[in-house]
Parts: sequence; C-alpha cells; structure tokens
Amino acid sequence: MAAVEAISAVDLSVCFQCKKCSSGCPVAKIAKSRPSEIIRQLHLGAGNELLESDLVWTCVSCETCSARCPMDINVAAVIDALRKLAIERGASKQEGNVPLFNRAFLKTVETFGRTYEIGLIAAYKLGTGKLTNDTEKFPTMLAKGKIALLPSLGGDRKTVRRIFKKTKQNKGAEP
Amino acid sequence: MRYAYYPGCSAESTARDMHQSTQAVARALGIDLQEPKGWTCCGATAGHQTDRLLAVSLPAANLTKVQDMKLDMLVNCAACYSRMKVANHEISAHPEIRKGVREALDRDYDGSVKVRHLLEVLLEDVGLEAIANACKRSLNGLKVACYYGCLLVRPPEILKFDDPENPTSLDGIVKAMGGQSLEWPCKVECCGSGLSLSRTGVVLQLTSSILDMACRAGADCIAVSCPMCQVNLDLRQQDINKQTGKNYHLPIVYITQLLGLCLGISSGELGFNKLMVPASNVLEKVAANSHE
Repeated sequence: MAAVEAISAVDLSVCFQCKKCSSGCPVAKIAKSRPSEIIRQLHLGAGNELLESDLVWTCVSCETCSARCPMDINVAAVIDALRKLAIERGASKQEGNVPLFNRAFLKTVETFGRTYEIGLIAAYKLGTGKLTNDTEKFPTMLAKGKIALLPSLGGDRKTVRRIFKKTKQNKGAEP
Repeated sequence: MRYAYYPGCSAESTARDMHQSTQAVARALGIDLQEPKGWTCCGATAGHQTDRLLAVSLPAANLTKVQDMKLDMLVNCAACYSRMKVANHEISAHPEIRKGVREALDRDYDGSVKVRHLLEVLLEDVGLEAIANACKRSLNGLKVACYYGCLLVRPPEILKFDDPENPTSLDGIVKAMGGQSLEWPCKVECCGSGLSLSRTGVVLQLTSSILDMACRAGADCIAVSCPMCQVNLDLRQQDINKQTGKNYHLPIVYITQLLGLCLGISSGELGFNKLMVPASNVLEKVAANSHE
C-alpha cells in the first residue's frame, strides 16, 4: 500500500468502500476484480499477489472511477501505479500484452518524436506473434488514406530524446 | 481569433479526416490556426501508464513551444487535450514535478499556457448564433447521437469541460445546424480505444454496447470529437458484425465534418471518403435541402 501511495500520490485510507468506482467501471463486468476490491485488498495489506489481478491490464484508463469518487481518490492513478509495480517486480500476468504495446508506442515516439502507427503495430505484432489479427483492414485503410504509410519527421526529436533520457535516469526519484 | 493549433499524431495518420475538416471549418469561420513548429507526441495513454514524469514532460515540450507563440493552445483530439491540461495541473500543483520537467526539458515551465478544446472555441469564441448564421445548408433533421467519450470530460476537476456526466456541447452545435440531437445514455461511456490492439476482445464488447444503444435511440450517425473514438467505433463494426452476426452500419463522423458540410464545404475536402463505414445517408440528407 505504501508503494502504491508513493507512486500515485493518493491517500487510500479515505476510501470507505461505497463502490461507486466499481459501479461505473466499464470493464467491471469483464474483469474478475473491481477497483473498490483492489483498494480494499490494499487496506488489508495485500502484497505482490495483487499485481496479478486481471484489472491491472484490463482497465481502459477512462477515469470514470476517479471522476465519480466522493472522496476524490484518483483511482485511475492507483491502477497506473499497480501497472508500474507489476512491470518493475516482474508480475507474471500481463494480459493482452499491454506493456508490450506501451513499449512499442513509446519507442516510436522516442525515435520519431511523433507516433508512427504502422511501425508501432508491426513492432507489437512481432512481439505477440499474432501477425494476422487486424491486418485484413490495412489495404482498405491505406487506400482510403486512413493510416499513414511513413512516419512523420516534422517533430522536435532532440527535445523528445532528452525527455526520455532524463525521465529514465529519474526512476526512483519520484514524489 | 488566432490560436496555436496542436493537431496531435493521429492527425497525420488515422485522423487525417479530423485534421482536414478542422482546418476547413476554421478557414470558413475565420479562425486562424498556427501549428507550433516541431510539435511532438503528448505520450497519450501509454505515457501515463508507464511513468508520471514522462507523462507530464512530453506535453510540456509542446506547451513551451506554444508559450513562445504567445497564443492559447487549441486541441481537437480529446486524448491530447486531457494530457495537456493534466500536465499543466501537475506542473502548477507539484513543485517537484515542475523541477523534474525542468531537468527533462532543460527549460522551466510554469503550467500557465491556456489549453482549449475546439468545441470550447466554437461555443465560447464563435458562438452558436454565428455558427447557425454561417450555415448554408441544414442537417435537415438528421438524427445524431453525440458521443463525447471519456477524455474530453475527465478528469472533470482539471478539464472543467462542460458537464462531465451529461455534456451538451456537441448537441448544441448539432441543433444549430438543424439536426436532431438524441437523448441517449452512452455520451461519456468509454469505447476502450487505448486497448484496441492489445485487448481487442474487451474493446469489441465496449464498442458494441455503445453502437447498440445509438441504434436503439434511432441514430443516423454518431458525432464524435475524438480521433481515438472515431477510429475505434468506425473500424470495429466489421469485427463485431463478423463475430456476433450483428449488422452495424452506423457512420461515425467528426462534428467538424458535419459542420463543414453545413458551411458548404465539399465532402472530399472534409475527408468523408476516409470513413470505413460510408456516411452516404448523411451526405444525401444534407444535399437534399441544399439551397445552392
């Protein structure tokens, strides 16, 4: 709980389990765990086993939970903190490989300054081994100009590379 | 009316239609859009799911560029809009974050650049009356389900955009154009687009329930103002149809595309040809009462 509070800057002790976060959560009916249960488990001293909860990688970051919390708990930041800890502590369950997607996304940003969708999708698909999913759409999307074939090179790449370098160095020095 | 226009990465790829129609509408309404030179990615969902300082520094790199232009930042992508405003808030509220950003950017930034969504500019600076007066064609009673998604309204205490549970900005513009904006319950439900590739199964369930509700409300189309929502709701219909035997053919159009049509701009210039589900019903309806 202390680690989650440190990363998310959230005071979890004010949660009184009204469950508004879980009621509004669009993936509550899909995931096995609910946001309010995650917070209660943290209250009760849950450790690394919590990082295996499927909600950690099913949460869509829509922030409905945070918006509706009567105690202003930023529940979405709690889930972000769990994602960070899950990666740092090597939790086994990374469903749908969201971390791989995020790494591929940020790699294109670090390289080009802007997102490069086809590069991102290729890197992600190579990583998952499921090469054919969704590829049937590309011919139509390219023909319609609904996706760019080449990366954009107009961005200030120098500043972006500096940001990635500095924030990587800054790991562990967060508030 | 002059603004520093931050297009966002998708404007150059999957949301060229949003970008084109935004620029065309701005020209027609006398809004001057200046692109900050060398703008870069805001980090989006992948950024904040990975690292807090990274998620603030990436938007800040763009906010400083806009600060130098001495203009307000205008954003149309809901995800970029949310990240820009959250970054401003984090930098102003937490000195240690501001310090981290200063190290990352090699420049101090105080979080003071005003960030505005295109809808705010349309409603507050242009005004509904001026929009209605500028319209050469009417939507002719087109039934529109206005869909705001999540990041246009959340986090509400920071974005302060409209009513976070029942926003009406899009609805107001649809009405000003002679359309019928529908009452429906999914205005701020999430379509899950951040996980569109990584958890496609989850996303199909979320998009399906939104499409289903719009169809039940009798919608001719869904109007959006977020490129993530547009791509997700548009592109995933064929997957849902294939997997569930449903038969969705609901056009997902940008509000700027609808507005552009009413301002007399051609559908080609507004990027209608890029939509995966063709919006021919929308084009026919608007053309039917053209007075030109």
